[in-house]
Amino acid sequence: MSILEVRDLTVTFPGGIEAVRGVSYEVERGEVLGIVGESGSGKSVTSLAVMGLLPQNAVVSGSVKLHGRELLGMKEDELVKVRGKAISMIFQDPLSAFTPVYTIGDQIAEAVRVHQKMAKDKAAKRAVELLDLVGIPNPNLRAKAFPHEFSGGMRQRAMIAMAIANDPDLLICDEPTTALDVTIQAQVLEVLKTAQRETGAGIVMITHDLGVIAGMADRVLVMYAGRPVEQGPVDDIYYRPRMPYTMGLLASIPRVDGEEGPLVPIEGNPPSPASLPPGCPFAPRCPMKVDMCDDEEPPLTPFGGGRHVACIRAHEIEHKGLTGADVFPVPVIPPSDVVRVPRTERATVLELDGMKKHYPLMKGAIFKRRVGTVFAVDGISFDIAEGETLALVGESGCGKTTTLQQIMQLEPPQDGRVVVLGKDSAKLDKTARKALRGDLQIVFQDPMAALDPRMPVGDIIAEPLRAHGRKDVAAKVAELLRLVGLAPEHAERYPQQFSGGQRQRIGIARALALEPKLLVLDEPVSALDVSIQAGVINLLEELKNRLGLSYLFVAHDLAVVRHLADRVAVMYLGRIAEIGAVANVYDRPAHPYTQALLSAIPLPDPEMERTRKRILLEGDLPSPADPPSGCRFRTRCPKFARLSEAERRRCVDEEPSVARLANVVDHGAACHYAEEIEVITASDNQEEE
Amino acid sequence: MRSKVVFRRLLRNKQARYGFIALLLLVALAYVGPYFGAYDWQEKDFMAFMSAPDADHWWGTTSIGQDMYAVTLRGMQKSIIIGLLVAVISTGVAAIVGAFAGYFGGWVDKVLMWGVDLLLVLPSFLIIAIISPKLRDGTWWWFVVLLAAFSWMITSRVVRSMTLSLREREYVLAAVYMGIPRWKIILRHIVPNLASLLIIDATLNVSGAIIGEAALSFFGFGIQPPDVSLGTLIAEGSRNATGYPWLFAFPAGLLVALVLSVNLIGDGLRDALDPGSNS
Repeated sequence: MSILEVRDLTVTFPGGIEAVRGVSYEVERGEVLGIVGESGSGKSVTSLAVMGLLPQNAVVSGSVKLHGRELLGMKEDELVKVRGKAISMIFQDPLSAFTPVYTIGDQIAEAVRVHQKMAKDKAAKRAVELLDLVGIPNPNLRAKAFPHEFSGGMRQRAMIAMAIANDPDLLICDEPTTALDVTIQAQVLEVLKTAQRETGAGIVMITHDLGVIAGMADRVLVMYAGRPVEQGPVDDIYYRPRMPYTMGLLASIPRVDGEEGPLVPIEGNPPSPASLPPGCPFAPRCPMKVDMCDDEEPPLTPFGGGRHVACIRAHEIEHKGLTGADVFPVPVIPPSDVVRVPRTERATVLELDGMKKHYPLMKGAIFKRRVGTVFAVDGISFDIAEGETLALVGESGCGKTTTLQQIMQLEPPQDGRVVVLGKDSAKLDKTARKALRGDLQIVFQDPMAALDPRMPVGDIIAEPLRAHGRKDVAAKVAELLRLVGLAPEHAERYPQQFSGGQRQRIGIARALALEPKLLVLDEPVSALDVSIQAGVINLLEELKNRLGLSYLFVAHDLAVVRHLADRVAVMYLGRIAEIGAVANVYDRPAHPYTQALLSAIPLPDPEMERTRKRILLEGDLPSPADPPSGCRFRTRCPKFARLSEAERRRCVDEEPSVARLANVVDHGAACHYAEEIEVITASDNQEEE
Repeated sequence: MRSKVVFRRLLRNKQARYGFIALLLLVALAYVGPYFGAYDWQEKDFMAFMSAPDADHWWGTTSIGQDMYAVTLRGMQKSIIIGLLVAVISTGVAAIVGAFAGYFGGWVDKVLMWGVDLLLVLPSFLIIAIISPKLRDGTWWWFVVLLAAFSWMITSRVVRSMTLSLREREYVLAAVYMGIPRWKIILRHIVPNLASLLIIDATLNVSGAIIGEAALSFFGFGIQPPDVSLGTLIAEGSRNATGYPWLFAFPAGLLVALVLSVNLIGDGLRDALDPGSNS
């Protein structure tokens, strides 16, 4: 029997904004239901409504039954008994989910004592047990630590410990791993699976990451504009989607095992909940739209095999066996002329040679003394040839951003050399530096923060032009807006009148204003929704080929990197672990860290997710202020653990430098015992089998 | 482009429109109004002391027989100028000092904040009291400068701390990487993003300056008798506010109207600058 039964749930906010418009689902014991959707699709609001955590002014109707007991309209003091006891929630941001002034142990013990009669010392003991269960090392000690002393991954584990403290029947996880790095994400997902095994609870997993859902969920609910548009077993949804939106979504994600070529974007933006289109909400973006779609919104109808689809053409899709790539137009991106020239004969646009950036660690209020050094970037070297994209990947804290800032500042580095377009940054005077800035521009990660909210878009794009004394600014602004796929009339609007993807296009237009040769992309698509992301990636690829740009692309999403980059450098704790052509690094990673990183990426493919073996890394990134001696990765290295005592000696004593692997031209790894293995089976191979 | 867009939004804003009209009417009243009155502000009517408003003396008379209408308008001329100038100068100084200290950091920050702290501990009232007799023969300009000089420090500290967080924003970094000079970044990106705070501060400063000027005048500094200002009139009138309400009501009412109109303009300007508002 089902634990939770939601029927026709609607949530309306003041001003007639219908955030959720009729959601129905049920969750069985031990089952994982995945709710997928883009931002604004109402997936989080749905779960908050179930928990009764919406603000007072939200009007909720429908029915939410837990074990047959109606939760909607229940009195607050009764609801309190249910919350945290029968239903628990795991939030996205683990830092803000803990009170900073109490220890983790106290907070978990409190959660226990709220719902169970238990002595204080017993509750504290239970808290330690729970921390142990979620895999926190030294739980006795760590229970006495404060939230800020925990790393992001540890906090999320503690959050899970708190959520399962009272053996809940249902766990609601709202984007539980979105804020975490991939290797940590893999750990946390593993813990979630353990937690589910221990408690036998049903899980509602809300996320935008189709890879995570593929590995976790039994059934999937796809939401769009506040309504479920498709619902069914995970394999059906992934392999046989019958609603164009789901098809587009699956086709638009770049895959780490995927082949090259343009991605399939879904045109347009999700509709605003305040002004929904008359018929099917997806109709304005749907390539399969017919006139009937505008007449009325299709209801979610049973489709056989436990599936529900809200599309009038679902049977036709089924009959013809259409896939996302058939339905959605695949854009054509002109090839680049530059790449025909061999790499060695092309000019080098950026060269880093043993660059270092160390920050002093100071202590004391008035008399500051140096107590240590943060080795943020500790001697990295790479180069980018003309027309090439080099991706710098690594987890947070590995020094990607510092490297990038050091390059952008064009100041002499502490050690080593930064050479941009043949000019050494240490030998630049003021005018030369300003002139060089025109050739080196940046696109930031967060399209909201990167544009001055108080400036009209026209001024934002014109700013670099005016700063470098260009004439005819207005015409150039219009041209740039057209180049990135926006209308010149948009120049008088403010950034916040645009959606995330459009804002990122404005950021790209600004970066291109001075016609740079090298563009630094700092996580340009990580803040965007999947369907929008594909469009921006395609734009970047097209611009590169048309304008002959070179990119330094910083990212943590390895799937996007595989798609966009020619070469990739994997960073770990301020050093490069592995570098080489994308095909070499992805198909035959040689460094144990790269192997773990690649194996941690969830694939949007349920079959492969079930059969894949993960290389799970132990623990967190060590502090860059106190890196391990010798090889920096050895404390977490799965290979190090298997080595003999004598072999280990070398890892501890000697720091490996990037060495070229014997059999290929462009592939190097910084490991004494590098050995190429295949971590991801290519998807086309899979099909052949 | 920004100035054009902001100006258009300002004109479209209802509040700002009413505010401007009200302010224009008040200024017109202050400068044109006296020509319509029957009496000059220095004239004394010995037939009517403390007389209530009537057809002859529209707003009544004072204890020495001055016509309230003429006197109030005379006072308002001074107060409008002092209030607006002090507000603009002190908020401007606060914004510039705070933003430069916060953005540049290092010794610039130390020197500027040291100056701010020094001005904060010095009793401003005492200093103005000491200096103003020496400037008695000087113009009222000095008075405006002094009032402004002692009213910007707290705002500048707030501006500085807000700048510290704005400095790390990506759009400021983007401007740096474009090669834009730092002072331009401050004026173009930092100060406009503090606009809400600065506008509220400036509108508060208008009434603050007018009342503050009255307090000083009350002690014999600033505007000296026989000359008058709204502040001195209010201070004097408030003593007899219950028995002879016209002595208090007219100057106080005009002050309220003045501050209100400035507030309306301020709100309108804030909305025009803030793209988040839909008006």
